[in-house]
Amino acid sequence: MERHFWSGNIAIAEAALTAGLNFYAGYPITPSSDLMEYIARNLPKRGGIFVQGEDELSSINMVIGASIAGAKAMTATSGPGFSLMQEALGMAIMLEIPLVLVDVMRLGPSTGQATKSGQGDVMQARWGRHGDQALVVLTASSPQSAYQRTIDAFNISEMLRTPVILLIDELTAHLWETVTIDKDQISLIERRYGKPGDAFFDSGDPSIPPPMPRIGEGYNVLYTTSTHDGFGIRKTQDAQIHNHLVRRIYKKIWNNVEYLFNYNIYPVDMVEKDKDIIIISYCSTARVASETVEKLNKEGFVAMNVELRTLWPINYDELSKIIKDAGIVVVPEMNLGQIIYDIKIIGNGLDIYSFNKIGGGIPIYPDELYNYIIEAYRK
Amino acid sequence: MKHPLINYLREELLPTIFCPGCGIGIVMKALFQAFKELNIDTLDNFVFVSGIGCSAWMPSPYIKADSIHTIHGRAIPVAIGVKLVRPNLNVIVVGGDGDIAGIGGNHLLHAARRNMDLLTIMINNQVYGMTGGQVAPTTPFGIKTPTTPYGNIDYPLDTCSVVAAAGANYVARWTVSHFMQLKNTFKKALRKRGFRYIEVISQCTSRMTNRMNISPGEYMKQILKKSINIKKLALETYDEYLNNIIVGEYTDRDRESYLELISKVVENA
Ligand SMILES: Cc1ncc(C[n+]2csc(CCOP(=O)(O)OP(=O)(O)O)c2C)c(N)n1
Ligand SMILES: [Mg+2]
Repeated sequence: MERHFWSGNIAIAEAALTAGLNFYAGYPITPSSDLMEYIARNLPKRGGIFVQGEDELSSINMVIGASIAGAKAMTATSGPGFSLMQEALGMAIMLEIPLVLVDVMRLGPSTGQATKSGQGDVMQARWGRHGDQALVVLTASSPQSAYQRTIDAFNISEMLRTPVILLIDELTAHLWETVTIDKDQISLIERRYGKPGDAFFDSGDPSIPPPMPRIGEGYNVLYTTSTHDGFGIRKTQDAQIHNHLVRRIYKKIWNNVEYLFNYNIYPVDMVEKDKDIIIISYCSTARVASETVEKLNKEGFVAMNVELRTLWPINYDELSKIIKDAGIVVVPEMNLGQIIYDIKIIGNGLDIYSFNKIGGGIPIYPDELYNYIIEAYRK
Repeated sequence: MKHPLINYLREELLPTIFCPGCGIGIVMKALFQAFKELNIDTLDNFVFVSGIGCSAWMPSPYIKADSIHTIHGRAIPVAIGVKLVRPNLNVIVVGGDGDIAGIGGNHLLHAARRNMDLLTIMINNQVYGMTGGQVAPTTPFGIKTPTTPYGNIDYPLDTCSVVAAAGANYVARWTVSHFMQLKNTFKKALRKRGFRYIEVISQCTSRMTNRMNISPGEYMKQILKKSINIKKLALETYDEYLNNIIVGEYTDRDRESYLELISKVVENA
């Protein structure tokens, strides 16, 4: 067992190194720069390559090239940089390239309050690219969970041959706490390679990604961002091939929803009870939500917090079972309401409340959330 | 009898989709001839990276090697990622003038500044060919295109001067009318380290020469006639650039390359 005192950003960097990171490229932007600086110091010591790109466009594209060449590769950025990376992220989805992108959320829109915390990138993470596509979005609310979710992000990206986004907000990125690690308990998923001549862009079973090709070894691989058949041949006119490819990449994520969807319930002994109040939260707000339910439970309510550690794909069936009998459902977010749209679909017919706070990077305080909930509950 | 350079092509995907008279075929042939003369029989340890545009289709899908056909303007950074992880591979970027000098211009500048170990070939047909021949950063002054219906008021970029000034080890420009020189330049560049940049002036027959009402062959004669070797020029070349085509080697040096520098970082960390 190891014990460390780390910030969220450092926990992510350390987890990436443990996961076997070989390549990092990034561009300075608060509040993710300190993660990059930590990598710049420590990755070369382990034989890895660190590059500060000329912009976010180059950084994410270098990461894609590095991953194609066989590296475990990542980048980290924040709102404006995340926007710049979207087109390339769409390429990574289309080419099925494993990579990890950490978005340390700051307060937009645009330059907004650049150093302050926010949670405004939730929908950008899910829908930021053009075209139909799906990817995996994980979250964390502490240095400890940031460490775990980073390992998970690398594993999922390799397992499903897909980019994975880890969303945290500035509050968690710069929160220092003890992180306990048992290295023996960490298992890593490594890339599955195919042989020359394999169909590297169709496995026959949409739930399982095709194997990756090796490059520079005579496979004559064709990677193209245009619609392609299973062998990478460009097919820009064939409706059926397009339909097949895009649906397969979509299903690759959604068919694995049971494995990918992860949440944390607090307090656990509430699961079996009839709940008056369920809070659904993510990122730093999950901490506030847990404190709020403690207070509610002390006051005689039956309250439970569900922290979403996966934002996409959401297991709609499972989540709807969890919340179906709740008196009210409250979704606190440090934005004007983003994940609430999915919760409203899941909890159709339930009393669902969106609690929003933006500005100054000031967290939602447990007291104000408590007061809001009491008022909503009495309506 | 088979074509002597067929080994470098995916025969099953021929014929190419390029318009009759397009210059891309000449560039491809010069490159293949260079491979052949260097006794490179297979391209197994070559990776081609390209962006979007007609020129980007040269390697993808036609060249029998690994190729990565990326998004518009980003071939250079993807190629950098490949090269840094697999330093022993030969990584070649191929793209059009819009792709490499327009939307991807910043990456070109910084790859040159870093003397990144890549060979970049820019096929300059002086327009955005694939999208309909709109004005590009390389279009001559005064020319009419669909988006400069009253004539182009932007001056063209002399990418070779810029790339040479930024620090590349090797920079040269030829035209598709200079087959032998082009082939020899490819041969030379393939044996060097650091950033190597070759611009090839070419013609777009469907979106440019047809509008000028001249045949591709006539256009090739014109660009040959307009070409002046850089060795014959005084120091100040930009005015010449606007009225002529400057060909030849802009720079040929042997600065330490990025790969060598970054391996020292890793060694000493
Ligand atoms: C981000 C983005 N913007 C615009 C386009 C549309 N587009 C496709 S090809 C092209 C121009 C290519 O011109 P060039 O690089 O000179 O290649 P050519 O076709 O002339 O060989 C453009 C603008 C695109 N694919 N992506
Ligand atoms: Mg062009």
